[in-house]
Amino acid sequence: MLKFTAEHEWLKLDNGVAAVGITQHAAEQLGDLVFVELPEVGAELTKGGNAATVESVKAASDVYAPLDGEVTEVNQALVDDPSLVNSDPQTAWFFKIKLKNPADADALLDEAAYQDLIA
Amino acid sequence: MDHQSTLHQTPLHPLHVRLNARLVPFAGYDMPVQYPLGIMKEHLQTRSGAGLFDVSHMGQVVVKAQSGNYADAALALEALVPVDLLGLKAGRQRYGFFTNDEGGILDDLMITNRGDHLLVVVNAACKEADLAYMEAKLTSCAVNLLEDRALLALQGPRAEAVLATLWDGVSAMKFMDVRDATLCGAACIVSRSGYSGEDGFEISVPAEKAEELAQALLDHPDCEAIGLGARDSLRLEAGLCLYGSDIDTTTSPVEAALEWAIQKARRTGGAREGGFPGSARILEELNNGAARRRVGLKPDGKAPVRAHATLFRDAGGREPIGEVTSGTFGPSVESPVAMGYLPADLAAAGTQVFAEVRGKYLPMTVASLPFITPTYKR
Repeated sequence: MLKFTAEHEWLKLDNGVAAVGITQHAAEQLGDLVFVELPEVGAELTKGGNAATVESVKAASDVYAPLDGEVTEVNQALVDDPSLVNSDPQTAWFFKIKLKNPADADALLDEAAYQDLIA
Repeated sequence: MDHQSTLHQTPLHPLHVRLNARLVPFAGYDMPVQYPLGIMKEHLQTRSGAGLFDVSHMGQVVVKAQSGNYADAALALEALVPVDLLGLKAGRQRYGFFTNDEGGILDDLMITNRGDHLLVVVNAACKEADLAYMEAKLTSCAVNLLEDRALLALQGPRAEAVLATLWDGVSAMKFMDVRDATLCGAACIVSRSGYSGEDGFEISVPAEKAEELAQALLDHPDCEAIGLGARDSLRLEAGLCLYGSDIDTTTSPVEAALEWAIQKARRTGGAREGGFPGSARILEELNNGAARRRVGLKPDGKAPVRAHATLFRDAGGREPIGEVTSGTFGPSVESPVAMGYLPADLAAAGTQVFAEVRGKYLPMTVASLPFITPTYKR
């Protein structure tokens, strides 16, 4: 199941674990990324709190935790080559979290609602 | 009030819109921060080919003595800047700055001897204040802001070839030469200078011909439109100061490592020693050094360290020693680059310091400036 947040993140949900990335729209707005900082595996994230940092030539931006949960995996490939986010944002996952309450994901935006938001 | 309606537009604004630029407010103007190419590619394009920048927001000011003599205008302006203007030959340009009574910097400038007058190019954000200041202080001169002219910067190793398609006088020019040229039928003033660390030109063009000239330059296959985002990363790699960030009223020219812009004639023992605001402090620092210095800083890691990050002597963040004034990722250097101020005894290349970024203390190494090798045609 694919969900979105108003903060321009996508979540791919699978068995209570969400892979999280930033949307095409967000990647376009940020421009060429030159630096990605990811959370530590095992970190407890709180919805709306800072989870990761991305930097373009121009500025640093935060990536927020879309839901409460524990980080189970991070995508080191993005740290090694931040341009992967720009070339294919929809597959460039940043981190995976085991959701504290998987049902909370139901309240997030579906793709149509997200597309309306950025239209 | 509509935000956009409060912003000025340059004569090239319709071109920026047509080129799908991302426009942002900058110094009161609606300016292109980037085009669809993106900051990274725009930066690299300027280092490998040629880039065209709209810098029409900057002020172009004519200073002419009532006597009509260049020397009178030069001597009048010398009372405001620590630069040898009397010794500046016709058709030549120098970098300079207005200093204040405390020895700080009010604005930085490019000053040209135009034969019987001076042409002074000032920063957009300081334009009104500079104009009022010059009008008040230069009572023996007429001071006029050229409001009907645009300013284009054509920068990069292919800049000469691009401009040569419109004008055959280009190859005879050297770095900091200034010439009259007819481009696209318009009377232009061309200087071989810029703000990228590359060879290049700045072209003052009548506003009504600006778009035609810009389009003619962009028609060359080696030339692309470049926004202010890449302009900033280019100048930072080149070690050039941004007024308001790296230099301001609280930084002296010697602290800012700009003493190269103060010629012998204005220094202690020179033909016209001192005689500019703040000269007591500035001459003293020229002779004995300043307590702090602007330096290049290279983060050891991959994280950019931005302006206003505090610098520490120790990895624990206990002893603050300075501040980063500009910082970004350098697309040509392929690593983060920064500039900032450090105590003179910690300003030597190779010194390790630490910058606070998001609660961590990241190691940085003092580096000599510029970060790239400039390609000026000296």
